[in-house]
Amino acid sequence: MSSLEGWTTVAYLAASVLFIFSIKGLASPATARLGNVLGILGMVIAVAITLAQPGVDAYVRIAVASLAGGVVGAVIAVRVPMTAMPETVGLFNSFVGLAAVLVSLVAYHRGEHPGTVGQIEIFLGVLIGMVTWTGSVVAFAKLNGRIAGRPLTWPGRQALNVVIGLVTLALGAWFVTTHAALPLYLAVIVTGLFGIVWVVAIGGADMPVVISVLNSYSGFASVATGFIIGNDLMIITGSLVGTSGIMLAVIMSRGMNRSITSVLMGGFGDGDAGVAGAANVQTEAAARGVNVGDPETAAELMRSARDVIVVPGYGLAVAQAQHLVKQLVEQLEEDGIRVRFAIHPVAGRMPGHMNVLLAEADIPYDQVLEMDAINSDFPDTDVVLVLGANDIVNTDALEQPGSPIYGMPILEAYRARTVMVVKRSLNPGFSGIDNPLFYRDNTMMVFGDARVVVEEMVRALKGVAAHA
Amino acid sequence: MEGFLSHLTVFVLAAFVGWQVVWKVAPALHTPLMSVSNAISGIIVVGSMLAAGYAALDYSGWLGVLAVFFGMINVVGGFWVTQRMLRMFRKRGR
Repeated sequence: MSSLEGWTTVAYLAASVLFIFSIKGLASPATARLGNVLGILGMVIAVAITLAQPGVDAYVRIAVASLAGGVVGAVIAVRVPMTAMPETVGLFNSFVGLAAVLVSLVAYHRGEHPGTVGQIEIFLGVLIGMVTWTGSVVAFAKLNGRIAGRPLTWPGRQALNVVIGLVTLALGAWFVTTHAALPLYLAVIVTGLFGIVWVVAIGGADMPVVISVLNSYSGFASVATGFIIGNDLMIITGSLVGTSGIMLAVIMSRGMNRSITSVLMGGFGDGDAGVAGAANVQTEAAARGVNVGDPETAAELMRSARDVIVVPGYGLAVAQAQHLVKQLVEQLEEDGIRVRFAIHPVAGRMPGHMNVLLAEADIPYDQVLEMDAINSDFPDTDVVLVLGANDIVNTDALEQPGSPIYGMPILEAYRARTVMVVKRSLNPGFSGIDNPLFYRDNTMMVFGDARVVVEEMVRALKGVAAHA
Repeated sequence: MEGFLSHLTVFVLAAFVGWQVVWKVAPALHTPLMSVSNAISGIIVVGSMLAAGYAALDYSGWLGVLAVFFGMINVVGGFWVTQRMLRMFRKRGR
């Protein structure tokens, strides 16, 4: 064993351990930042030892490509708003898939892995990488609204998937027996197509689970390339990312009371329903027997409460209202009112989405409670303020066995003395299901953009304070 | 084949670790967790650099250079954006 080989083994071991502790560190807010630093450290070690390998000597081109990629990554990371976090992860993820495809193609063209096992590994690297790449790009486009969030399905979709599967198998057999370039490049096209067909069929509300699954695929893509070039560090790290991503996707699906298979089969939900004209909203709501209130009345109700729970949803993120919410909280706390936040496991477009937003607005995390911790407190709460959330407070999930969301645990906001729902319209949410909560006697709807409404609430509260 | 089997052993053992490690994660941290594990999947740059670093800048060499470029976007962007998110998690009164 040469000394470089020894050092390589030690470095791989160190980097692997650091990555494990990095992911483990992310388990609690107290250790999360250290976790990220450990991950960076692991990556630095991994890159350094790679550059020391014999044969890796084209430093200039590696440096130029790294610098260019690093700058692009940094610019995206700095400029992206916190509300756009889920799709950013999707976007970054797509690059891993693309890189895996390229590395697999290089391994093929260099012809250093001529055996059957080597050829299968190359084919798998291309396959997983392509699905990761195109699937992530579609997920990204769905989440940031470049393409419609609703599931795009058509008759014979499953049949098409079967055909794509069979074609891929046939191409694989052709490639492994002949080692020809044509079937490999045809597979690039076909599997890329599969990534698109697969993800467009899944509703926007399910995208977080999809991103987690794609994240896991990017790990397995690294595993495949690790097998090709015989690199244990890539196998360990990719496998770590792969399995943890699947676990996270399972945990998320459970939060919605769906199985991961039903999510990945697609076709669920209506995606994004359109917003009716503002004037129609009020009259239509009144005609349907809904209590409608204005922000001033709502502010007055909160001021006379002792206890307020805020239930944030995706509407809050869209309206970018988190900083105004912070002002609202401060104003209420000045009047001696206790304010807490209740977070549903799938609120927003991604688990933890709301926590990140509230943290951005400097709302302390011990004021922000998970569903299980706060659900029993609703009956003793004076006012619940629902900000841009819908399905996660939909009582159909408890009462209507026929409802698509039946059985999903919800935040039991309806048990509070007064529920105020801030929403742009009565339109159903991402899942496309109407919400009986809106029609209850103890519910007051405040129509409008969350940002505008909260701003008016804050102004109303400040006005009262100034007069007093 | 022997090489393949030893890699397979490593793969399966690491899969168990990955499976164990996320169970206790606080839901509030799911987004940063996904972000950090995405950044870590940037380990593909190791393979990219091995592909880019050899010999002449032929067709394969260019593919390798591209792979380094895309992999690096993910590494730098992934860790950076995670740090940005985590910086915001604070306890009351700090």
